[in-house]
Amino acid sequence: MKEETYRRPVAGQDHPANLSPAYKSTVSRSPSRPAIVLPHSLSEITGPLLREERLDSVENDLTRRRMGEPLGERIIVQGRVLDENGKPVPEALVEIWQCNAAGRYHHPGDQHDAPLDPNFYGGGRARADADGNYKFITIKPGAYPWGNHHNAWRPAHIHFSLFGPAFATRLITQMYFPQDPLLAFDPIYNSVPEAARARLQAAFDMEATQPQWALAYRFDIVLRGRNATPMENT
Amino acid sequence: MSRALTPSQTIGPFYFGTLANAYRHDLAMPGVAGERIEIALTLHDAAGAIVPDGLLEVWQANSHGRYNHPEDRRNLPLDAGFEGYGRASTDTQGCARFGTVKPGRVPWPAGGLQAAHVNISVFARGVLNRLATRLYFDGDPALAEDPVLKLVEPERRATLIAKRDAAGVWRLPLYLGGPNETVFFDC
Ligand SMILES: [Fe+2]
Repeated sequence: MKEETYRRPVAGQDHPANLSPAYKSTVSRSPSRPAIVLPHSLSEITGPLLREERLDSVENDLTRRRMGEPLGERIIVQGRVLDENGKPVPEALVEIWQCNAAGRYHHPGDQHDAPLDPNFYGGGRARADADGNYKFITIKPGAYPWGNHHNAWRPAHIHFSLFGPAFATRLITQMYFPQDPLLAFDPIYNSVPEAARARLQAAFDMEATQPQWALAYRFDIVLRGRNATPMENT
Repeated sequence: MSRALTPSQTIGPFYFGTLANAYRHDLAMPGVAGERIEIALTLHDAAGAIVPDGLLEVWQANSHGRYNHPEDRRNLPLDAGFEGYGRASTDTQGCARFGTVKPGRVPWPAGGLQAAHVNISVFARGVLNRLATRLYFDGDPALAEDPVLKLVEPERRATLIAKRDAAGVWRLPLYLGGPNETVFFDC
């Protein structure tokens, strides 16, 4: 058998357990049997790169997708898409979605009694550059209540979707804001092993802040990297 | 410099209309080579209830067994109009449908070929990590020799094998738990 191509996460070190009972929906939606370890074949080391996908020039600016400007605090969210070896993931497609400043999603299922903003729908895409740098302009999402337990509130967050270079590197995650007092009470954030949680918090970035215009946050995303010995002659 | 992985989080219930506004359930443009097929995946929770807020993605080789990806360097045709990637959310019946072509067989690292299959990613509210599984085709004589199916206990293999209905649609129910729990892979 040839060498594996992508490093495997160590159980309990980086990712949440599928069954995290404090997050109640996991109880009926988590497999009880261990996943079967699959040697890496072409099916796992290839994956959609979506290079043909054409992004229009304002898709990374969520404040310019409608006629007017959305309400809320304008922010810049930028960072790099990297792998575990510290190498950039060039031209990675980064997709985000979020609620508006009042904590309401542009989604028919969101019944939270907070106003919709006709100038904000909350979806965006960006293509990272050759060094893995991506950038979004958006508004700071609000906190919102949910039904998980009495007085449950999600901390402000932005959902992120990444493909990386392979089927094996696919990742959907959430970015949080630093020092949010709601983080301590959120079962989704706290489903992540304690030592890894802070990786989901963006860093306030004074350097990237634009005077008279917007605060900036930095969020680097690290996808699985290759083993030192790559697979030969696939 | 080595960096620590970004942890996974659930897709949540509200991706629809933002993340999934561009439908991608038709994988093959007209003129793409191969047998046209329709796949219907139905998502269920551990109690058997349908999951109407899931997102399913598929990734597959073209009909010649070639992946549209730089890692697949074999001398086989690539088809214009076929990347091999699809995405669809489950509907009120828990069903996500894809139109595609039947994939060809791809090699196995230790030698030989895998049976034709489609790679699937499952996301949903309450699902904290992407769940990866596969779809194989009932009646395919290559199933008996497929190296991945051989890793699965015989009594659970059926959870990976789609069956063709009277209308010719390849159907595979996916179960997140319970007695019919789908086989998921650490890939
Ligand atoms: Fe959310």
